[in-house]
Amino acid sequence: MTHLICIICPKGCHLNVDEQNGYAVTGNGCPRGAEYGKKELTNPTRVLTSTVKIKGGLHRRCPVKTDRAIPKGLMFDAMKLLNGVELSAPVRRGDVVLADLLGTGANLVVTKSM
Amino acid sequence: MKQYDVVVIGAGPAGLAAACEAYQNGAGKILVVERDKEPGGILNQCIHNGFGLHYFKEELTGPEYAGRFIEMLNNTNAELMLDTMVLAVTEDRKISMINPRDGYFTVQAGAVVLAMGCRERTRGAIGIPGTRPAGVFTAGAAQRYVNIEGYMVGKKVVILGSGDIGLIMARRMTLEGAKVAACVELMPYSNGLNRNIVQCLNDYGIPLYLSHTITEIRGKRRVEGVVVSRVDGGGKPVPGTERFFDCDTVLLSVGLIPENELSRSAGIALDPRTKGPVVYENMETSIPGIFASGNVVHVHDLVDFVTAESQRAGAAAADFCRRKEQPGGEPAVAIESGENVGCTVPQHIRPDRIDQYAEVFFRVGRVFSNSEIEVASGGRVLSVFKREHMAPGEMERIVIPKKFLENASGGAVTVSAKEAKEN
Ligand SMILES: Cc1cc2nc3c(=O)[nH]c(=O)nc-3n(C[C@H](O)[C@H](O)[C@H](O)COP(=O)(O)OP(=O)(O)OC[C@H]3O[C@@H](n4cnc5c(N)ncnc54)[C@H](O)[C@@H]3O)c2cc1C
Ligand code: SF4
Repeated sequence: MTHLICIICPKGCHLNVDEQNGYAVTGNGCPRGAEYGKKELTNPTRVLTSTVKIKGGLHRRCPVKTDRAIPKGLMFDAMKLLNGVELSAPVRRGDVVLADLLGTGANLVVTKSM
Repeated sequence: MKQYDVVVIGAGPAGLAAACEAYQNGAGKILVVERDKEPGGILNQCIHNGFGLHYFKEELTGPEYAGRFIEMLNNTNAELMLDTMVLAVTEDRKISMINPRDGYFTVQAGAVVLAMGCRERTRGAIGIPGTRPAGVFTAGAAQRYVNIEGYMVGKKVVILGSGDIGLIMARRMTLEGAKVAACVELMPYSNGLNRNIVQCLNDYGIPLYLSHTITEIRGKRRVEGVVVSRVDGGGKPVPGTERFFDCDTVLLSVGLIPENELSRSAGIALDPRTKGPVVYENMETSIPGIFASGNVVHVHDLVDFVTAESQRAGAAAADFCRRKEQPGGEPAVAIESGENVGCTVPQHIRPDRIDQYAEVFFRVGRVFSNSEIEVASGGRVLSVFKREHMAPGEMERIVIPKKFLENASGGAVTVSAKEAKEN
């Protein structure tokens, strides 16, 4: 049995995951918690949020995110890739900056129109 | 003097939602005043995700959440005045402001919504002994440098305080290549959301020292390290527990204080516990026609609740300026804080002004596992809400039915928290 805190929403339910029993989850306030509990012990993933350089905007950095969660172990490789990106204003929220980031199937997208 | 129906001060999520809702409720001329060069408030620097799960039913980053409301505002006829600082608000709703274009001027508002947000406690406000070298930042200022202006603030970091901003910055600095040596928290529990402890500290192996504090900052020109000590139950450092951390940067995440200079000068009654205006069920302050919502009223951890509260304020402001004659003098029930309950918002509810239920928000004084929130009046328990977990870092929300408020004895109900009864 592993105790986890669900990070899917700010409620932060205290989950118990039973590895011996098909990763059955208890303590979850909603079904997404059950899914998270299983995944966290088998293949943990996170959404990456960061910034990239931008020219011609009000500020020097433009915020971005992966449009879905990517494996936890790839965070620093992804950050390295982001260092090489430079955008030019205007950009719109949702614009794809890098497609299929590191072969994860996730796109890196702009989160603020600038 | 220019006249407006509703003037909103601040274009963070609170101000944006209040203005949109005032428009939806028929306010004709709306003005939103923002001192920054862009709308969105603190959300512009909160590039992480975790916003909007209640309101939009999806997980957004701060700029995305703000972006949606900015678009909503653009679809109204509200006027947005950027780069403009409000200097004073009077009891009769005259608002003076200044900007580089028009200089100093004053407008008359039918109703006002205060949405100025909050600011960070600084080092001076809590006083750490030691030298005064460069390299000490509030976590929010560091967040702005890194996320908006693109400057790294340091390479080896110790964070004081485990509030959400500190936790988020621990991860952010790590991803940007800094080494975060420790997060140090005075209290025996963290004030941040659990999810942030997991995904910002645990994910990156950053140790959290509870019941510890920084007792000395060392360094002449730049920070060279800090001394961290354990504290006893009374918050006093325990001699002999000192340990040294090598670092060039200290981030302070020691809390937020509602920004109420304007409210104070207008003569609005403030609650010494929330440090924000005392408000009624519709977010009206002690001065009729002046409303307040968001972090200026009490510090929120969820922007969704800021939005909900601000919509109430915006609708009430529109309603206020539509009426020729103001109602008034309806009986109000005081919502009092009982055992383990810090302070409630609203502090007063006029039962005549609510539909069926009134929402009440508050924080508890300590960590609870299996517990109950009790609403009582005149020694009689009116309702009980069960909770599996409560912590001071997480705001609690309950709804009180109108009929309980109408029958409250002595014009007051008390909200308290305690361990659940064994049965
Ligand atoms: C670091 C951090 C992380 C957070 N993480 C989350 C999270 O993961 N999920 C979540 O749901 N919530 C989160 N929150 C909470 C949420 O972002 C805030 O509660 C919300 O932004 C508060 O909105 P506001 O409009 O009241 O204040 P603000 O966003 O601070 O806006 C106030 C605005 O008023 C303007 N202003 C102030 N004074 C004047 C004046 N005199 N004249 C003109 N303009 C003025 C300011 O410039 C500012 O734009 C976080 C908050 C912070 C600080
Ligand atoms: S289990 Fe559901 S309600 Fe609980 S934290 Fe996870 S997502 Fe939120």
